[in-house]
Amino acid sequence: MHSAWRRAARSHEAVLGGAVLLVGIALSLATRNFLSWHNLFNLIDSYAATGIFAAGLLVVLIAGGIDISFTATAAVSQYLTASVLVAYGGNWFTVFAVSAALGAAIGALTGVLVHTLRVSAIIVTIATLNMLYGALIFATNGAYIYDLPDWFTDGGSIWQIADTADSSYSISVQALALAAALLATALLLRRTSVGRQIHALGGNAEAARRLGLNILRLHLLVYGYMGLLAGIAGVIEAQLAHSVAPAALVGTELDVLAVVLLGGASLAGGIGSVGGTVLGLALLAELQNGLVLLGISSYWSRLLVGSVIIVSSGAAALGRRARAAPARPAGAPHG
Amino acid sequence: MAGRTRAATPVRIRFYRVIMCVGVCTSRNEPYKRRVEGVAWNSRDDRVFRTAGADSWGDRDGMTPAEHDAPFIALHAISKHFGGVRALAGVDLAIRPGEVHGVIGENGSGKSTLIKIMSGSTEPDPGGRIEFDGQPVAGLTAHAAVRRGVQVIYQDLSLFPNLSVAENIGFSEHLRRPITGLTHRARLRAVARQAMQRVGVALPLEAPVGTLSIANRQLVAICRALAAEARLVIMDEPTASLTRHEVEALLRIVADLRARAIATLFVSHRLDEVTAIADRVTILRDGRRIDTVAAAGLSEARLAFLMTGLRTDSAPLPRRVATAQTPRLQVQGLSRAGGFADVSFSVAPGEIVGLTGRLGAGRTELALCLFGIDTPDAGRIVLDGETIALASNRDAVARGIAYVPEDRLALGLVLDHAIADNITLAILGRLVSHFGLIDLARQRASVAHWIAALRIKAPAPADAVATLSGGNQQRVVLAKWLATRPRLLILDSPTVGVDIAAKQGIYQIVEDLAAQGVGIILISDEIPEVLHHSHRVLLLRAGRIVAEYDAATASAIEIQDALDA
Repeated sequence: MHSAWRRAARSHEAVLGGAVLLVGIALSLATRNFLSWHNLFNLIDSYAATGIFAAGLLVVLIAGGIDISFTATAAVSQYLTASVLVAYGGNWFTVFAVSAALGAAIGALTGVLVHTLRVSAIIVTIATLNMLYGALIFATNGAYIYDLPDWFTDGGSIWQIADTADSSYSISVQALALAAALLATALLLRRTSVGRQIHALGGNAEAARRLGLNILRLHLLVYGYMGLLAGIAGVIEAQLAHSVAPAALVGTELDVLAVVLLGGASLAGGIGSVGGTVLGLALLAELQNGLVLLGISSYWSRLLVGSVIIVSSGAAALGRRARAAPARPAGAPHG
Repeated sequence: MAGRTRAATPVRIRFYRVIMCVGVCTSRNEPYKRRVEGVAWNSRDDRVFRTAGADSWGDRDGMTPAEHDAPFIALHAISKHFGGVRALAGVDLAIRPGEVHGVIGENGSGKSTLIKIMSGSTEPDPGGRIEFDGQPVAGLTAHAAVRRGVQVIYQDLSLFPNLSVAENIGFSEHLRRPITGLTHRARLRAVARQAMQRVGVALPLEAPVGTLSIANRQLVAICRALAAEARLVIMDEPTASLTRHEVEALLRIVADLRARAIATLFVSHRLDEVTAIADRVTILRDGRRIDTVAAAGLSEARLAFLMTGLRTDSAPLPRRVATAQTPRLQVQGLSRAGGFADVSFSVAPGEIVGLTGRLGAGRTELALCLFGIDTPDAGRIVLDGETIALASNRDAVARGIAYVPEDRLALGLVLDHAIADNITLAILGRLVSHFGLIDLARQRASVAHWIAALRIKAPAPADAVATLSGGNQQRVVLAKWLATRPRLLILDSPTVGVDIAAKQGIYQIVEDLAAQGVGIILISDEIPEVLHHSHRVLLLRAGRIVAEYDAATASAIEIQDALDA
C-alpha cells in the first residue's frame, strides 16, 4: 500500500469516513437516542464480535484467500470453551486462551486444507463451515448453555466510567478485545516481515513462490490467525449474551465480509487496511442501529447495506482505474 | 580471449566505473551487429581494462573471466522428464563468475526447464548433479537457490504490483528477518536506493509497481536481483517486451554486471542480442546441449544453424511484377490528432509494404485507423478504387481488411479456448446454418483447411491455444484472419516472440499471400525484417512518412541513419 494505491485507499477511506460522519450527524439530528453515551457504548459492545471477525478476515483477504467458515469456528470453540468452563471452572485468562487456541487449531487445519488440496479457498471453507456447524448441532442437539459462572456473566465491565440517573456505561471486555484485535492486526499487516509477505502473497502468488516464500507457513498463519480471532470473538459474544447458543453466530459471516469489502479490501488479494475496515464496521453499525432507532424494519438495513457496498466498491474501482493509468500498460498496443 | 585474469573467487569491487557506449551499426549482411567501445577501470589497483574500437562485442579482451576461473554453478548430466515427455537430456553447463552466458534454442528446446532447475523450482531427474562453487548441492529448493545467489528475472517479471518500488526491490530483507520480526522501513529504502544507484536509475520509491511501465518494471526486477546479492542473474527473454532503446539500456546493465563479477545467463530468441552481449553461448535443441561456443566471431547464421539444424539464409524476395492495376489501398492525406499527420501511400495487389519507425512514431495508430478502430480526422482511405469510411472494425472485416495486432496474447487470441474456435472466431457469421446455429461440419472443414495450409503443429484442433508454442500461436492468429479472406492484411510485428525457424515459416506464408494478390502492410521496428520481407519500406517519424525506400536497393544502415536523424 503505497503512493498511488495508498492515495486511492486513503481517498476511499476519506470518502468512507465522510459517509460515517454524515450518517452519524443525520442520525443525531433525526433521533433522540443515537448520540448518547449509552447508545455508543452499546454499539461497540454489540459490534465487537463482527469487528474482530472482520480483522481476521481482512488478513485472509489480503493474502489472496477467503474464509467464510469462521463463524462456525467461533461457535465450536465457544461451545467447547463454555463446556470446559462449566465443568472445571476457570478465569478470564483461561477462557480466552482455550477458545483462542481451539479457534487457531481449527483455522490452521483450514489452512492445511486450502494449501494441500489446492482447491479455491471458498469451496474449502464452505465445506468446513457446514462440517463444523453440522457436527456442533448434531453433538449438542442445539442445546443452549445457560449456567455460566457469575464472574463471567457479571464481569463484562472493566471500568465503570460514570453512572447517570439510570444508565451506566463502561469499558467492556468486548471493547477491549476489539481494540486489541484491531491493533494486533494493524501491527501484523503493516510492521512485521510476515505481514509484508502476506501482502506479497496476495499481490502475486506465483512470484511469492518463486522468491522462496514459505507458502504453507503463510497459509497456516493467515487461517490460524483468523481462527484465533474467531475464538476470541466467540468468548465475548457468549459474555454479551450471557449464554452460548450453537446457532447464534453462523449466518453472520456475510455481514463480516460486507464490512471488510466496504472498508476497501479486494477479493483479488493484496489490498486492504485496518483503518478502512474500522470505518466499514462503523458505517454498518450506524446504518443498522439508525434504522432501528428510526423505527424502520431491520430488513431495510440489509437493502441499504447492499446498496452502500455496490456504490462504494464501484466508486473505488472507478477511482483506481482513473488514477492507475500507467505510461504503457501491459498488453497495450504501441508503435 | 585469455587476456588479463581476475581473481578466482568473486571479489566485491567497491570502486568501479563502467562506461559503455553502445552504438548500433548495421549492414545488409550482418544486421544489428553492435559496435562497442567500452572502458572499465578498477580504482583499487588502477588496472585498466580496455576494449576500445573493437569491431563487435565479440572482442572483449580483458573483460572475460579467465578460462581457469572455477565456475559459480555447474550442471552435470542434468535430465528432466515431464510425464513421458523428455524436456532435458544429459545437459552439462558451467557458468563462471562474471560471465555472460547466452542460451539459445527454439521453443520447446528446454530453455525454460533449464531455468526452473537452476532456480530450484523444478527438481531434475535423479542421476544429474548441481554444484555451487564446486560443492555438490542435492535437492535444490527455490529458497536455497536464492540463498546461494541465483536470481531469475522471469518474462512476466514476477513482481508484486500492490507493493511499492522500494518494497519490491528490497523484498529479500523481509525474508532475511525472523518471521515475527518487525520490518525496517529505513533499511528497505536504503537497500532499494542503493540497488537503483548501481543500475543507474531513479524510480519513485513509494510508487506501486503496478503503475509503472513495462520497461520500468523490468528495471525494478533487475534492481531486486542486485539487492538480493545475486551472483548469477538469469534473464528469461528479457527483451521480448522492450523497444530497441530499452534493449540497449538493458545490454549496458548486463555489461555492468559483468564488471562486478556477477554472472548473467541470458536466454533469448534474438540471436543478434545474444551474439552482441554474451561471452559464451550454449545452444539447446530438443532438450540436448548441441554445443557451447565462444560468442566472439560467431555469426548469426551459424547460431541459427546450430539452433535449428537448418540453413536459414533468407533468399531475397522475388521482385513483384509491376502491373497497371488499381491499387488495393490508397491512403491520401490521412491525419489523426496525436497520432499521425498527412500520411499518403498506396499498396498494390500482391505488394508487401514495410512500415517502420520508432515507438510512438504513429505506426500502430495508423494501423488502428485503417482497421476502423479509430477514426481519422482528415484524409481519405480508398480500397480497390472505392472511398470508404470505416465505422468500426466489424466494418473493416466486412470489407476485407484484416489486422494482426502486435500483442497477440492480449488482443488476438483467446488462449484458453480451442484452436478450432480461435481460427473461426472472426468468421462465425459465415458458418451459421439456417437455424442460426453454427454448422459444425463447415467449421471442421475450415479449421482443417487452415491447419494444413499454415502447417500449424497442433495435437488436436480441440486443444487450447495456450498449449501451443509461440510460433504456432502466431500461425493460429494468422489463420483466424486469413479465414476472413482479406484483400488487405495489416501485420503489426508478426514475429515478436517467435523463434527463428517459425519466423521463416511466417514470412513464407506472408509471401504466398502476396503472390495471391493480397495487399500487405508489414509493421515492424526491426529494420532488417521490413527490408528483407517487403517490396517497399516507408519510414514514419513523428507521425509523418519521411522517407520511402525500394527494398531491393536500400540498405539497413541507410534506413537506420534516417531513423536516427
